[in-house]
Amino acid sequence: MTQAFRIENGGLINKDKKLSFKFNGKTYFGYEGDTLASALLANGVHLVGRSFKYHRPRGFFGAGVDEPYAVVQLYRNGETEPNIKATEQELFEGLEAKSVNCWPSVNFDIGAINNFLKIFLPAGFYYKTFMWPKSFWYRIYEPFIRKAAGLGVASTKHDNERYEHKYEYCDLLIAGSGPSGLASAYAAAKNGAKVILAEDKPRFGGSLLTSDVNIGNQSGKDWAEGIIAELKKMPNVDVKNRSQIFGYYDHNMLVMSEKVSDHLPSTKKYHPNKRLWYIRAKEVVISSGSIERPIVFGNNDTPGVMLSSAAKEYLKVYGVLVGRKPLVFTNNDSGYETAIEFKKHGVDPVVLDSRKNAESEIIDEAKNLGINIKNSHVVVAAQGYKKVKSADIASISEDKKQLGKIENIQCDCICVSGFWTPTIHLASQSGNKTKFKEEIDAFVSGQSKQNEITLGAANGVFSLDETLKTSFKAGSELSKKITENDNEIAIPNVVEKKSSQHDKFWCVPLPKGKNYKRFLDFQNDVAVSDVEIALREGYRSIEHVKRYTTLGMATDQGKTSNLNGLQLVSEIENKVVPAVGHTTFRPPYTPVSIGAIVGREVGKHSKPTRKSPMHEWHEKNNAVFVDAGVWLRPRYYKKGNENLFEASKREAKNVRTNVGVCDVTTLGKIDVKGPDAAELLNRVYTNAWLKLPVGKARYGVMLREDGIVMDDGTTTRISENHYHMTTTTAQAANVLSHLEYYLQLVWPELNVNVVSTTEQWAGAAIAGPKSRDLLQKLFPNSDVSNEGLPFMGYIEGDLFGVKARIFRISFSGELAYEVNVESDYGNFMWEKIIEVGEEFNIQPYGTEALSTLRIEMGHVAGSELDGRTIPFDNALEGLVSKKKDFIGKRSLQRSAFIAEDRQRIVGVVPLDKQTSIPEGSHLVKDDKAPLPNPKLGHISASCWSVEYDNPFSLAILKDGKNMIGQKLFAMSPLKNKVIPVEIVSSHYVDPKGERVRS
Amino acid sequence: MLYINCPHCGMRSQNEFSYGGDASVKRPELNKEVSDQEWDNFVYNRKSLRGKHLELWQHISGCRQWIKVERDTATHEIFRTFKADEEVA
Ligand SMILES: [Zn+2]
Repeated sequence: MTQAFRIENGGLINKDKKLSFKFNGKTYFGYEGDTLASALLANGVHLVGRSFKYHRPRGFFGAGVDEPYAVVQLYRNGETEPNIKATEQELFEGLEAKSVNCWPSVNFDIGAINNFLKIFLPAGFYYKTFMWPKSFWYRIYEPFIRKAAGLGVASTKHDNERYEHKYEYCDLLIAGSGPSGLASAYAAAKNGAKVILAEDKPRFGGSLLTSDVNIGNQSGKDWAEGIIAELKKMPNVDVKNRSQIFGYYDHNMLVMSEKVSDHLPSTKKYHPNKRLWYIRAKEVVISSGSIERPIVFGNNDTPGVMLSSAAKEYLKVYGVLVGRKPLVFTNNDSGYETAIEFKKHGVDPVVLDSRKNAESEIIDEAKNLGINIKNSHVVVAAQGYKKVKSADIASISEDKKQLGKIENIQCDCICVSGFWTPTIHLASQSGNKTKFKEEIDAFVSGQSKQNEITLGAANGVFSLDETLKTSFKAGSELSKKITENDNEIAIPNVVEKKSSQHDKFWCVPLPKGKNYKRFLDFQNDVAVSDVEIALREGYRSIEHVKRYTTLGMATDQGKTSNLNGLQLVSEIENKVVPAVGHTTFRPPYTPVSIGAIVGREVGKHSKPTRKSPMHEWHEKNNAVFVDAGVWLRPRYYKKGNENLFEASKREAKNVRTNVGVCDVTTLGKIDVKGPDAAELLNRVYTNAWLKLPVGKARYGVMLREDGIVMDDGTTTRISENHYHMTTTTAQAANVLSHLEYYLQLVWPELNVNVVSTTEQWAGAAIAGPKSRDLLQKLFPNSDVSNEGLPFMGYIEGDLFGVKARIFRISFSGELAYEVNVESDYGNFMWEKIIEVGEEFNIQPYGTEALSTLRIEMGHVAGSELDGRTIPFDNALEGLVSKKKDFIGKRSLQRSAFIAEDRQRIVGVVPLDKQTSIPEGSHLVKDDKAPLPNPKLGHISASCWSVEYDNPFSLAILKDGKNMIGQKLFAMSPLKNKVIPVEIVSSHYVDPKGERVRS
Repeated sequence: MLYINCPHCGMRSQNEFSYGGDASVKRPELNKEVSDQEWDNFVYNRKSLRGKHLELWQHISGCRQWIKVERDTATHEIFRTFKADEEVA
C-alpha cells in the first residue's frame, strides 16, 4: 500500500522498518519513528474525532503536546488507555486506536446534531440547562453529559503494568532539549555540575530539528546531535527523552513522568510502563520553548486547518505532506519557513500575510522561489465539512476592521501562524511573577520565587544567536556557583535568517451577514461568541470567564487557546492584556497516568504488612487473619466447617474453662530508662507511679492535654531505672512521639530515654483457670504461686533455656499471664506453650475471642477509647489521681466533663436474649419518635457472652450511671433493626474481679 | 514538597517529618493554678498566621528529634531551623 502523502526522501523516520497499525478498525502502514498522527496523515487520514460539545469533525491541529483534537482511545497488549494524543503516541507494530466523542462512527456521528442546535449550546449551557429540577440530575442530565462529553473510556480491568517512582537530586535540572536547553546543559556539564536534561519528545533538539539554521559549520540538527552524544558520555549528566517535567513544586522539587514503554508493543519483562521522577534540583533551567498560536477565523476547526509549525514538523521530521494544495495564513515570518519547505518538495503553496509590507531575508527567499504571496490578505472562513476543500479569503484594511471582496480559492489545508507563545507553565507553577511582553503579545517569566531561570523561546527570545549566547552563559554561571569550576566554552557562530516584526493581529472579523463559528478553544469547543456572551452576562475576572465558558479547561490546558482568549476579553473590555491577566497554571502541564502517580503502592504493597514471629504457625493451624493496623493477626482458628461465630465462641469458652493462648506480639512496647523514668510516668499517666516497686506492673491511662483518653496499657518496673511500657497496637507510634515531645520540648530537664521495643519482643498471653498449672510446667524452676507471682507481679524465668519475661496481667479477666521472649525465640516459645499445654486442653484464640472476653468483663479498648471519651466515661475515674498533676488534668475540670448526666460506659442486653445488637446502633428512649430521634448513646462493642450464652454489648450512654435497669431501644437503620434492650452494669462477668487475683 | 534542614541530620524532604503545630505555645507549669482562659489558650486557641511562623516538626523517619522551623505560611519559605532546646532570637 502506497502512502499518498509521504515524500520520497526526507524525514527522520526509519523507512527500512514498516509497521502496521489499525485506526477505527482499518489497517494502515507507517514507519518506525512515526507518531500515530504522522502515520495517519501519511495515509491521508485527517478526520480523527468529533469535537467535545458540537461534535464537529476534527483533524490534527498540532504535532505534539499542544494538540487539542486528536485525542484517541489506545489499545496496546490487551489493555486500553483513554485520552492519548495521537501526536505524541509513537507508532509500534500492532498499535490500535479509536476515535472518541463519536457514535456510531467518526464519519456518521449522532451527536453532531448539537452542531445544528448550537444556538442551544452557548456559554454556560451546562450550568443553565442542567440546573433544574434537581431530581433530573442523576437520572437524565449526568448520563447524557457523560456520554456526550467523554474523552474515552478507562479500563475496568486490573492494570498489570508496573509503575515506578524514583527520587533524584541534581545541581541543574533542564526542562527541554532545544537550543537553550542543550547550550545550558553543555556549559554546566563542562563545569562538572550534576545535570539532568529532560526532553518530552523521543528526539532531542527541539526547534533545531525543523529550523533552517547553521551552528558553527554544521546544520542545527547535526549540532544538536553532536552535543547530545557528548553529554551522554559524561558521567555527571543524565539525558532523558520521552520525559515530561509536568510539575514544579515547593523548594525546587520537580516531578517528571518518563514514558519507558509506551512506544513498544508491550512492556519488557521487569521494566516499568512509566517512571515518575521526584527531582530536587539546586537550580532549574526552563527551556521549554514556545507554542505557535492560531489566528482565529471562520470554521477554523475544520480538519486540514493546522498550525504552520506542525505542517513543517510533519514534513521535516516525518516526511509527510499535510496537503498538496496548501494555503499558509500568517502574521509573521514563521509561515514563510513552512511555505518554503512545501516549495522545496515540489508543492506550490499560497501565502496570505496579514501584514501590508513586510520585508526580511526569508520573505525574499520565498519570493525568489516564486511562491505566491498575498499581502494584507486573510482567511475569512474555511470551507468543507470533514476536510478543508477551499478557503474564503479577502483583503483586509490596515486597521484590520474592513474586509475586501471575498473570493474563494481551492486548497486542501490551511497552515496558520499567529506568532509564538512562550511556554511559561513551569515558571508560573514555581511562583514566578510572570509579566506581559508587549513586543511578542505574550507573557514571559518575571521575578523568580525559586531558583529557576527561563531561557530561549520560553523567555520570548526568538533569535537563535541570542538564545545560544545567553544559555551558554547561564549554564556556566549557575554551575560555577555550585562546583566552583569555570571552564571556558567557545560559543559557536550562528547563521540564521533575520526576521521582521510580527503583526499584532489575531482574529479575522466576520463578514456581513455571516455567522461562522470562530473557535478559541478547540478542545472544549469555545468560540468567540461564547466569550462574548459570558462578558455580556457580567463575568469579568478571567478566572470566572474560564469556568463559565470552559475556555482553557480541557486536557490541553489551553496551550493554543489561552492568549487569544485573553486578547478577546481585553478587546471587549477595553483593557490591555496584562490588566486582564492570565489564569493560574497548575500542575500537571500534561495529563499524567494515574498508574504513574500511584507507583508500586498498589494492592498489598499500598502499606507494609507486619507479621509476628509466630505467623507461620498460625497459618499452618488454619488461622483466619484480620488486619490490625498494619499487622496481620489471627482472628480465629478454624476447625472443620466452623464459622467465625462458632470458632470464636469455642475459643473464648475454652479460656473461661481451661486455658488459651493468644499472640499479643503486636502490642506496642516502649523501654523507658533513666533516673527520672518514674517521674515521667507520673506526669504522663493519670495515676500515681512514684512508689511502684521493682518487679511490679501497673495499669495506666494517659490523656491528651484536652482531657480525652489517648491510650492505656500496663507498665512494669523491670529494675530501678528501667520500665517496660505497653501501648495498644494502634497507638504505639503516637505514644512514642508523645513521650518524645514532652521529653525534648516541655521537660528537657528529665533524665529519661525512650525507645520502641515492639519488634524486639514476641508475646503470648496465657489465660484461663488452668494457666498457672501450665506456667509451672513451662517454668519448673520459678515460683509462680499466687504468693511468688501475685496479680500485677513480674518475674524473669527460664523457658527451656530461653530467657523470658513473665507478667501476671490479664485482659481477658481470667487468671492470666503474659510471657515475652526475644522475637527470634517467639516461635519456639509458642510451640512449647502449645506442646506443654496439651494436657490442660490448651487452644489458641484469636482477636474475636479476645474481644468477647474483654467485652463481657467490661474492659475498655479502642472502640471505647475512641478519641471522644474521658476517664469517667470509661469508668476509669478511680485511676485519676487527685493529688498530683499530669498531662490533661486541668481539662477534666471543664463543665461538660463534670456534668451530672455525663456519658458513661454501660452493659446492654437484648430483652429477648437472642438478637445480637449491631455495633454503632443508637440507643433511644422511644423507637417511634419522629426523626431525628434523640440519641442517648451508642453501642461501642458487641459479643456473644460465653458466660451467659446470650448477646452482650457495651455502650457509651448519657447519664449512664443512673440508667442501670432502664429499658431502651437499640436502633440500627443501617441494618434495619430495632431491638428492645435493658441497661446493665458494664462488668457483666466477675464484677468483683476475683478471677484475676485467684 | 518542603525541604527542611534538620539541625541534626541536614537537608531532608518533608515526607520524613511530621508536623507538630505552633512552637511558640508554652505549656503551663505543672501544679500551677491556671485560669480557664489561660488553659483554653494553651490547649485550643491558635492564631492562623499568614507570614513568618515558628512551628514544630518531628523528624520521625530520621533522628526522631523535635525541631523548630521558621517558615512563611504563605510562601513556604523556610528561614531558619533550630534544635528543640535552642533559644529562638
Ligand atoms: Zn534529623
